Amino acid sequence: MAFVQKPQVYKTAINTVELGVGEKKVALGGATVSPLYSFDAPIANPPRVGIEITDLGLEGATKGMAEFYSGCKTLADIAKRASEAPGADFVCLKLEGADPGEENKSVEDCVAAAKEVCGAIDKPLVIEGCKNAQKDAQLFEKIAEALQGKNVLFLSAKEENYKTVGASVGLAYSQKVGAESACDINLAKQLNVLMTQLGVSPGSMVMNLGSAAAGYGFEYVASTMDRVKQAALGQSDAMLQMPVVTPVASEAWSVKEAIISEEDMPEWGDQEQRGIKMEIVTAAACLASGSDAVILKHPASVATVSALVAALM
Amino acid sequence: MALTGLDIFKITPKTNCKDCGSPTCMAFAMKVAQGAITLDKCPHLSAEVRAKLDEATAPPMKTIKIGTGEGEFTLGGETVLYRHEKTFVSKNLFAVALSDAYSDAQNDAALADVKNVDYERIGERMCVDAIFVDYVSDGARFLELVKKAKETGKTLIINCGDAAVASGALEIAGASKPVLGGADASNFAALNELAKKYGVVLGVKGKDLNELHDTVEKLEALGNKELILDVTMASIKDAFSAAVQVRRASVKDGDRVFGYPSIVNAAKLAAGDMNMQAALASLFTLKYGSVIVMERMTYSDALPLYGLRQNIFTNPQKPMKVEPGIYPINGANENSVCALTVDFALTYFVVSGELERSGVPVNFLITDAGGYSVLTAWAAGKLSASSIAKFFQEAEIEGKIKNRTLIIPGKVAVLKGEIEDKLPGWKIIPSPPEAIHLVKFLRELNA
Ligand code: B12
Ligand code: SF4
Repeated sequence: MAFVQKPQVYKTAINTVELGVGEKKVALGGATVSPLYSFDAPIANPPRVGIEITDLGLEGATKGMAEFYSGCKTLADIAKRASEAPGADFVCLKLEGADPGEENKSVEDCVAAAKEVCGAIDKPLVIEGCKNAQKDAQLFEKIAEALQGKNVLFLSAKEENYKTVGASVGLAYSQKVGAESACDINLAKQLNVLMTQLGVSPGSMVMNLGSAAAGYGFEYVASTMDRVKQAALGQSDAMLQMPVVTPVASEAWSVKEAIISEEDMPEWGDQEQRGIKMEIVTAAACLASGSDAVILKHPASVATVSALVAALM
Repeated sequence: MALTGLDIFKITPKTNCKDCGSPTCMAFAMKVAQGAITLDKCPHLSAEVRAKLDEATAPPMKTIKIGTGEGEFTLGGETVLYRHEKTFVSKNLFAVALSDAYSDAQNDAALADVKNVDYERIGERMCVDAIFVDYVSDGARFLELVKKAKETGKTLIINCGDAAVASGALEIAGASKPVLGGADASNFAALNELAKKYGVVLGVKGKDLNELHDTVEKLEALGNKELILDVTMASIKDAFSAAVQVRRASVKDGDRVFGYPSIVNAAKLAAGDMNMQAALASLFTLKYGSVIVMERMTYSDALPLYGLRQNIFTNPQKPMKVEPGIYPINGANENSVCALTVDFALTYFVVSGELERSGVPVNFLITDAGGYSVLTAWAAGKLSASSIAKFFQEAEIEGKIKNRTLIIPGKVAVLKGEIEDKLPGWKIIPSPPEAIHLVKFLRELNA
């Protein structure tokens, strides 16, 4: 007897959120099926892959990364090269240097860096903060103002700073906001509710539901995403229908598997290769769980993960 | 459809004779409905009633055993689509591929991985679980590979659709209970005979889900229910579709024909591209591959993939915890420094690994933090100056250890002042935030 296929297509969809402007703009979300289940129904927009660069330039770059960016002298050069990486749909500038505990770069310097990057690329731009909620709020406000009309996504607004970030980025300058919570469906929903009550339209929002490297508490990431997608699609919960954007690079490249040198751990082999695989494995697991976009750092990972997405659509 | 306890109770003899080990027939029925015990525990059910109930109460996906001894594995038996609904029960296996179509160098490299990659992570042994030996065209070479694979002692998957060649392979390795793969619409009868003769599990494939379904039904009609479904198909897209639909059909839609574990051959789907194979292995670890085959399994593949698998197959109802207390490392005694962290098993494993690597004797103190990671525990109020002070009192640290230096996790360096207030006489030193920097840090501290 033939197999009776029972496609599971939901009556509702993940919100569609556009990033960037012009020919290379991308849309996130829009799916009416479980993540990657293109065999149930066509998926409006495939998950997207972003490439991360930092305001600190090529500091700490691996051999392969240094090669990829060879000849790049300015941040603009780096941004342009990144945007040309095969498979990259958008560029993410991480403002690592702004961290008050580290270099504590001024807001003006960060605005300049953002403008420089934005001017060098024709793909959408995502701005990632420095993890310090207060500093991020200051940075985001000024950068959102400086890049008006570019439809930039800011990662992220958190419980501690969503009011300032939502009001400036989302309302005053009509950019896109990411709402970040820590691996918990209720926290994610609560933050989305608060943001919309502030007046930010759900169509201008994405979520970061938390991320962890493979092997480092990833089960919580996977289960949170599973539950959020089921609530968004199965129960039509409008407060969880925002597309999910997951920064993978910083998690993947900060675990032991990626940072211990071959000298210290000869049997583990080439260090860069370990980082790449950690990034690929984590990203693929995020996509399987429900990320509508992942942000990676190594061009080899970007190429593989976007090829995976293409093969699945 | 699943039966309720009441449905089952109605057909029991209702004599409460206790022969099943349950106090009453009702209790028995409830346990059967929950899947806690099986029907055969009651000796007083007629064969007819048993058969009817068996069919209705059988789990949606069969549990299949392969291999022998240390290489014995349980596959399948899954009851849910998402781990938060209950738990995934049978962790997937990672296999490396050998083939008579590969070069000697490639086969040797894969065999070397089997030897090289073998380590422990949070109490679990991590190594290549199985070897997939693929027959393409050269029978003599294939049998040589089966011999080599068998010598490793690993569980084998003999993927060979040619019954004559497969027979030779089973003669060599049949006793170790390999899987015999490669049955399809054209050869299933002959391979089924072989599988029966050697008492091994049969791997079934089809050009699409319809053909696979059809062939499984024919095999079941021949009395074989010891099967694994090869969902590799012809492309990545089709493989993913098949893996998901097989699982969904059995667990959610009650299609028993697809109620078997699956095998996905990433080595075939992305031949020569190890980065893509790693991506596929990750995808199928989350989405329903029971055996995942790759060309290689180097450390760069194993470290993230085995870590991911360990995460996904933990029981969401049970946090992985270690007992609070003093753990002396590198021969530490009462005069050695103390380093403190939380009782989350992963944190303990990561940090103790680094402590050992440093070679410096350290009293590793594990506090009760509800099984949370450092920052989670801190954010939840389960790791604080007070909780640390309380732990010091309860575990009588001051009586047991004379050294008065305490290293705290760098991620909660902010607690330094408060801890100093609560633990007078102790010198509190925040460590670097990541455990990986511990080696250098401890050696310098000790210098
Ligand atoms: C999984 C997870 C959870 C899981 C819990 C998992 C667990 N068992 O702990 C759940 C979903 C339950 C959870 C809940 C919460 N979480 Co949480 N969670 C995470 C996540 C994603 C991973 C944590 C993890 O497993 N880390 C891996 C372990 C190994 O790390 P670790 O313990 O820190 O150990 C490392 C170092 O600290 C160091 N180390 C540890 N000990 C020692 C000791 C010495 C001597 C040395 C040298 C080094 C060292 O070595 C390790 C490796 O380098 C992180 C984000 C992230 N990616 O890290 C957020 C995170 C920790 N969570 C966070 C928060 C806020 C919460 C909640 C409070 C949210 C809420 N408001 O409810 C709750 C708290 C729980 C509660 N309310 O009951 C925040 C903490 C923010 C902050 N800076 O304080 C984080 C950072 C996420 C974020 N970016 O916002 N969380
Ligand atoms: S053995 Fe059968 S008849 Fe006896 S108590 Fe158990 S269920 Fe009832």
